[in-house]
Amino acid sequence: MLDHELINRTLGAALRTGGEFAEVFVEDKKSSSAMLDDGRVEELTSGRDRGAGIRVVVGDTTGFAHTADLSETGLASAAEAAAAAARGGGGGVREVSVSRSDGPRPAAVRIPPEDVAKATKVELLSLADAAARGEGSAITQVSARYGDSRRRILVANSDGLLAEDDQVRTLFSVSCVATGDTGLQTGRESTGSTVGFELFDETDVEEMARRAAARAITKLAARPAPSGAMPVVVGPGGGGVLFHEACGHGLEADLVSKSASVFAGRVGEQVATPLVTLIDDGTMAGEWGHFTIDDEGRPAAHNVLIQDGVLTDYMWDHLRARKEGRVSSGNGRRQSYQHLPMVRMTNTYISNGVEEPADIITSTDSGVYVAELGGGQVNTATGDFVFGMTEAYLIEDGEITEPIREGNLIGNGPEVLNRIDALGNDFAMGSPGTCGKDGQGVPVGDGTPTLRVTSLTIGGTAA
Amino acid sequence: MTELIDIATRVAGWANDGEQVEAYVVHERETEVRAYEGDVESLTSAESQGIGVRVVADGRQGFAYAGTLEESALQETLQEARDNARFAEPDEFNGVAEPDGVMPADLDLFDASMASFTADEKVALAIELERATRAADPRISGIESAEYVDTIYESAVATTNGLATTTRETGCYLSAYSLAEADGETQTGFGFSIGRGPSDLDTEKAATEAAERATRLLGAVKPETGRVTVVLDPWVTAQMLGIIGHTLTGDAVQRGRSLFADRLGEQVAVNDVVLVDDATDPAAFTASMVDGEGLATRRTSLIEDGVLQAFLHNSYTARRGNTLSTGSAVRGGFKGGPGVGAQALALQPGTKTQAELIAEIDDGLLVQGVAGLHSGVNPVSGDFSTGAEGLRIRNGELAEPVRELTIASTIQRLLLDIQGIGSDLEWLPMSAAGVSVVVADITMSGS
Repeated sequence: MLDHELINRTLGAALRTGGEFAEVFVEDKKSSSAMLDDGRVEELTSGRDRGAGIRVVVGDTTGFAHTADLSETGLASAAEAAAAAARGGGGGVREVSVSRSDGPRPAAVRIPPEDVAKATKVELLSLADAAARGEGSAITQVSARYGDSRRRILVANSDGLLAEDDQVRTLFSVSCVATGDTGLQTGRESTGSTVGFELFDETDVEEMARRAAARAITKLAARPAPSGAMPVVVGPGGGGVLFHEACGHGLEADLVSKSASVFAGRVGEQVATPLVTLIDDGTMAGEWGHFTIDDEGRPAAHNVLIQDGVLTDYMWDHLRARKEGRVSSGNGRRQSYQHLPMVRMTNTYISNGVEEPADIITSTDSGVYVAELGGGQVNTATGDFVFGMTEAYLIEDGEITEPIREGNLIGNGPEVLNRIDALGNDFAMGSPGTCGKDGQGVPVGDGTPTLRVTSLTIGGTAA
Repeated sequence: MTELIDIATRVAGWANDGEQVEAYVVHERETEVRAYEGDVESLTSAESQGIGVRVVADGRQGFAYAGTLEESALQETLQEARDNARFAEPDEFNGVAEPDGVMPADLDLFDASMASFTADEKVALAIELERATRAADPRISGIESAEYVDTIYESAVATTNGLATTTRETGCYLSAYSLAEADGETQTGFGFSIGRGPSDLDTEKAATEAAERATRLLGAVKPETGRVTVVLDPWVTAQMLGIIGHTLTGDAVQRGRSLFADRLGEQVAVNDVVLVDDATDPAAFTASMVDGEGLATRRTSLIEDGVLQAFLHNSYTARRGNTLSTGSAVRGGFKGGPGVGAQALALQPGTKTQAELIAEIDDGLLVQGVAGLHSGVNPVSGDFSTGAEGLRIRNGELAEPVRELTIASTIQRLLLDIQGIGSDLEWLPMSAAGVSVVVADITMSGS
């Protein structure tokens, strides 16, 4: 993407004011999407973003600048701006020479989205629309979205690292509105993968649309969710959001180092019941949070964070790892070249258990079964977190009974981890997600088998 | 640098016969300084620009963008938008905005002193904010972030209909997230100060608020489940208004996604409620002279004395609804076409301070913060349930802090259960103003 000599000269310029570390991150991203709503293919959008972000580190200070101008002059002036921002003490010239380090190559994308005709992409939307409306006249509105992107990145730094990656993502989602006597309800389904258009060899968009429609229709009959603390069984897949919020963010080293995490200083301690083994794994081919190298040039890795309930490690980016004299765990990510990298999750999951999911439900006298989760949010300093339930049912006498309306659940991370008393053998990954932190969104995946929390607070309105 | 309006006008001028083209061009400069432990943690100086092009031909619409204003990219972006339009289905209401003769309000949204505010001065402000927050209370144990951010934002829209408008705005803010600790327990709080230019900023206010919000939650317990009267803090009200604003757009209504569709002229809130969207109010952080399609912004009264009066429209939803645009086209930068949304929503304030409102409540809850609005509020069904923290109200006074609870109701009921609106209207760094609001009969879910 850039000539080696030009990279060396740019890094040299970035270090001219005495920086200890400099990095050039180059990104060239093409994306396209098509949107159907209200029975019509409304609009196709395509976009191109290309530029470089340059950072310079002196002591604990980082200077950062970015430019869309990848010429020698453009890069030099961004390097100067980053260096001025970091303002090191000493001056002088430092030679930098980068050399290529190839990570493992990703599984080849079989059908690059840019090779697929726009008409073919648009056709998927109409199929989904018809399938959802076919579920009954209660379905009064359908929207569907197709999106793909190809993001090529290059990272080079003053330690001599030079690495590149070519990241392809394809996404499809359907949202339905059902109308009934009780008002409007919604249902949504989405799928996404780090592959090309071959995603649709395995994914039946009509089937997705029917599931989304059925979800909206089911909720028309839903009664108000209960309020108060009770046992909660979370179905396979979506429960990953619970861990993403309950402890994932709290295990990010940048928050830990500022004591803004309830998990600070707890490595080696039992933080969860022995059923819980939590892993963050950027190497999972095809998954939404997968990549070959992170946005600091480190290879993706399989990192065990909690083993049998014991906290084994945090997630690290370059800066935090450098300070601790260790290597990054491959969790340094950024939204785009216009952003500084920080510690982020990739694919975060709880490894499989041994119980039959049906036994977990029958052994629950009363409580709530959450089949599908929405997003969540956490305050890492207190550990309090919430997540939404977008499809949920009552459990009465060991059986799943009536659907309940949407709502948030609230819990405290360290407490909830110690209240997981059942883990199923039906592990699945959940829907593709976008994780937000400090205003930056990055694609993440998560997964769990069926699991039970002995007590979580349901934020409904019923007594 | 070439003037943005020249670029936009030129691109619109490349339209083929029978084609409508809208070019939206943006240039933005941003500085962000984060301070930590008395030093600069990071300093970002960013300059970005880009173009978004919308093409409508035979009723079909296509869009494309590029994060650069290089000459070759302008041509390519127009071509790409034109090609995209071929694959969309026709809609008779598609099109760029028609000039409607409304003159933009004359607002001064550009503080020229921003350009001469040096990096050293910005750094000094961020470091002072961090110091002041730590010093505000001995129980402040740390800082999650303390930052100074400013932007100089310029944009231009030009269309084949002859619209050609520009905007130039500055904005800056200070924000601090603090950690407070006592007896091994940690709580967090934030504080901020916003302005058009550096002289508007109040470091002490941001620092004091961040410290007070964190320290007053120390010792918080999980409350018992029950129904209570709540006082929504201005910050919380503004977030709720943002969601309500979404349900009052022509877009949500026409697509059957609004719980307020078919309710024009009906009583949807208690009599005291007057809800207005007015981007011409210069006090609003999101004030703007023109909307995302280049039409003048204007004041739209959405709810008057509790009665639903109007919905917000851009040019598409106005044509489709056989009405006029309310100048409510909104864009999320140059990477998307114009949607429709509220730009500066505010409830008409009442006469009582927050303390006076609290004094009238026997058993209640002051909601200081909410979490999970994006997952807990469904703007289509109106169901809402969010995580919350705050202080109990007993016999008219603030009592013990509470945490790990949710509050739940529906948007429909919330508006009808409002018992009081405070006098403490405050514009926040979002498209709505905050004000204290008292709401009866909310389910508080705890232990």
